[in-house]
Amino acid sequence: MSQDNIVEFNHVQKSYDGETLVVKDLNLHVARGEFLTLLGPSGSGKTTVLMMLAGFEVPTHGEILLNGTPINAVPPHKRGIGMVFQNYALFPHMTVAENLRFPLDVRKISRADAEKKVQRALDMVRLGQFGNRRPGQLSGGQQQRVAVARALVFDPDLVLMDEPLGALDKNLREEMQLEIKHIHEQLGVSVVYVTHDQSEALTMSNRIAVFDDGVIQQLAAPDMLYEEPDNAFVAYFIGENNRLHGIVKQVNGKSCEVELENNGGTVKALPVNVAGEGQRTTLSLRPERVEVNPTNGIDNSFDARVEELIYLGDHIRTRVRVCGNDEFVIKIPNAHGHARINRGDTVKVGWALQDCRALDA
Amino acid sequence: MAQADITQDTGADGRLDKLTTADGTPLKVSIRRAMRRNKLIAFGLTAPLLFFIVFSFLMPIFDMASRSVENHQIPEAMPRTVAVLEGWNGQEVPGEAAFEALALDIQEGQRTRTIGRAATRLNYQEAGMRSLIMGSARRADQLEPPYKQALLEVDDDWGDLDVWRLIKRESGYYTASYYLNAIDLTYSDTGEIVAQPEYRQIYVMLFVRTLWMSALITGLALLLGFPVAHLLATLPARHANLLMILVLLPFWTSLLVRTTTWIVVLQTEGVLNDMMVWLGVISDDGRLQMIYNQIGTIVAMTQILLPFMILPLYSVMKGISPSYMRAAKSLGARPPVAFWRVYVPQTIPGMGAGGILVFILAIGYYITPALVGGQSGQLISNYIAYHMQQSLNWGLAAAIGTILLAGVLLLYATYNRIVGIDNMKLG
Repeated sequence: MSQDNIVEFNHVQKSYDGETLVVKDLNLHVARGEFLTLLGPSGSGKTTVLMMLAGFEVPTHGEILLNGTPINAVPPHKRGIGMVFQNYALFPHMTVAENLRFPLDVRKISRADAEKKVQRALDMVRLGQFGNRRPGQLSGGQQQRVAVARALVFDPDLVLMDEPLGALDKNLREEMQLEIKHIHEQLGVSVVYVTHDQSEALTMSNRIAVFDDGVIQQLAAPDMLYEEPDNAFVAYFIGENNRLHGIVKQVNGKSCEVELENNGGTVKALPVNVAGEGQRTTLSLRPERVEVNPTNGIDNSFDARVEELIYLGDHIRTRVRVCGNDEFVIKIPNAHGHARINRGDTVKVGWALQDCRALDA
Repeated sequence: MAQADITQDTGADGRLDKLTTADGTPLKVSIRRAMRRNKLIAFGLTAPLLFFIVFSFLMPIFDMASRSVENHQIPEAMPRTVAVLEGWNGQEVPGEAAFEALALDIQEGQRTRTIGRAATRLNYQEAGMRSLIMGSARRADQLEPPYKQALLEVDDDWGDLDVWRLIKRESGYYTASYYLNAIDLTYSDTGEIVAQPEYRQIYVMLFVRTLWMSALITGLALLLGFPVAHLLATLPARHANLLMILVLLPFWTSLLVRTTTWIVVLQTEGVLNDMMVWLGVISDDGRLQMIYNQIGTIVAMTQILLPFMILPLYSVMKGISPSYMRAAKSLGARPPVAFWRVYVPQTIPGMGAGGILVFILAIGYYITPALVGGQSGQLISNYIAYHMQQSLNWGLAAAIGTILLAGVLLLYATYNRIVGIDNMKLG
């Protein structure tokens, strides 16, 4: 047990109905001062993990440590964990300042100190003038900031956030992501953040735990997660990717050959998570790592027929038919001298062995 | 300007004057024209209800309110007397002219059978007036001049100054005497407003009793209903549905059945007393009187009105997200504190709606107190019914009813001022 970890989950399991496990043998450590995101589709168990940490759900098995002490039997109000809820849960009958004073009042903090802390927290989220408003009189983004301020006003070491930006529109959401990230950096507080939005997770986190089916599929820093996914689910869930299915023909240390379905040809790939020769595998290839008219000597090179071009401003999204797959996407950056291609053309496309990861089937 | 259909006229002072459509019609006019069809359809759909409410609700209420001040019986049945008494100073028994007018009124009233109404009307004010007038009317054809002597021969009460003062006082088309009566006041012989003699004071006491019993019933319903509504709102759907049926089942049962069931339970030889005797809580001679008194009214009415408290509370509680309580706990509030400071204030619209509903229903309740209230459990509405059906003094019934209605409206206005009627949620 290390003092550097503010939270530890040891072999935690959770079942609601006694028949299926929502969380299966979770072992997770959150470092002090870390911004850790639990990312996953709905029903993957990520919110359950957060609720167990907050104390609203009891683990069926296993132990949760907070600052090195087991908290399984500690009720939520004694855990001292700040929490931001999905729909903010600002108390509608209190003003903004009263909402912020609530956690201080129940801690019997003197009136003068409380006022000071409330004002400081409001200033931190740039709502210094809004103390006397009711939550209902604020915009969604302002309510969101009040909720963050309220979760932080009593100086907790750990703050939990349950999809706090889900109700905001895209621009506001991106603005709030940065704001929360900056508050985290300023205060040095540990944050456990739940979301199903991968770009949100990539923007804000130190580390991301990708959940699926009650299991952490991969726990890594955002760049590692994107560039080196361990399995097909993570590759599929984080960012866009082309998937090619095939059978492993040969494995030679750091490379393997995969024969694709539908007579798609043979591809050289990086064996990351393959069961062995003769087994099925899924190849994962990021669209931006595919070159059009590649330089000679590239590991994989195929003829592709251009099916569709979508102009997206900064890049041109190109759908081609290659290797027996007509859902293959290439991103062509809209840079000077980029390849000019037309629908119906046949072009050469290619990619390096390291960018094509052979994962589980 | 890029807009094709809307042009803006700018007034002489440069201010935007009005918007017009492309053909020059003011925008507001053309919007109104476009909306007219929808408005007509909407009105057509609500019209049956509107007419129903006007005929079955507003008009009867207006009719009732006017009955409480109407006094046409006397000026209509005794026009001559009323005219003569107009110039009378009221200091002594009037002279022959008044007696002549009275005699002619009585004779004509006897012929047209209208004198009885005036007699009944005057009898409300002073017992004995009906027999005085009807006694004279039976011998109307014997009345001959000089009328004063003739009438005094029929009944020497005609020589009583107070009788004449009463007739003069009630000779207008409108009277305040029903309202005075409804709040235990009356006119003294000299025409001043004074308290009724103590043995006739009853209505103020009844109003007070109705108000406090209704308040108590509302409080009890809130106390009993709040936990049930909370359970309904928080239990898983399967259990909540069962509980909801238990709440609604009595609601669907006949009022009469429920009331009489309480008689079975609460009477001296009833279930509850039997059980307590059997358990040894009370002795067989010490059986408790729990019905045909205020306890009976309170118990039965609380039970009957409970759904009216539970349903609005439930609908409000259903809308309170459980995340509020969680948020309060995560912020460090112990569960009771979180409940009291975060949950309860959010149920105020439901408490207000349920409270006002139960209170208003309670102050007008009639059947239950009539059946289980005995003497001490009667409410003001039982006396309204009594005056409608037994004493036939509709004017007094109307006056009491109007006071009750005014009280309810006042309560409603106060509630609106304090809590705001927009905050009320009935379901």
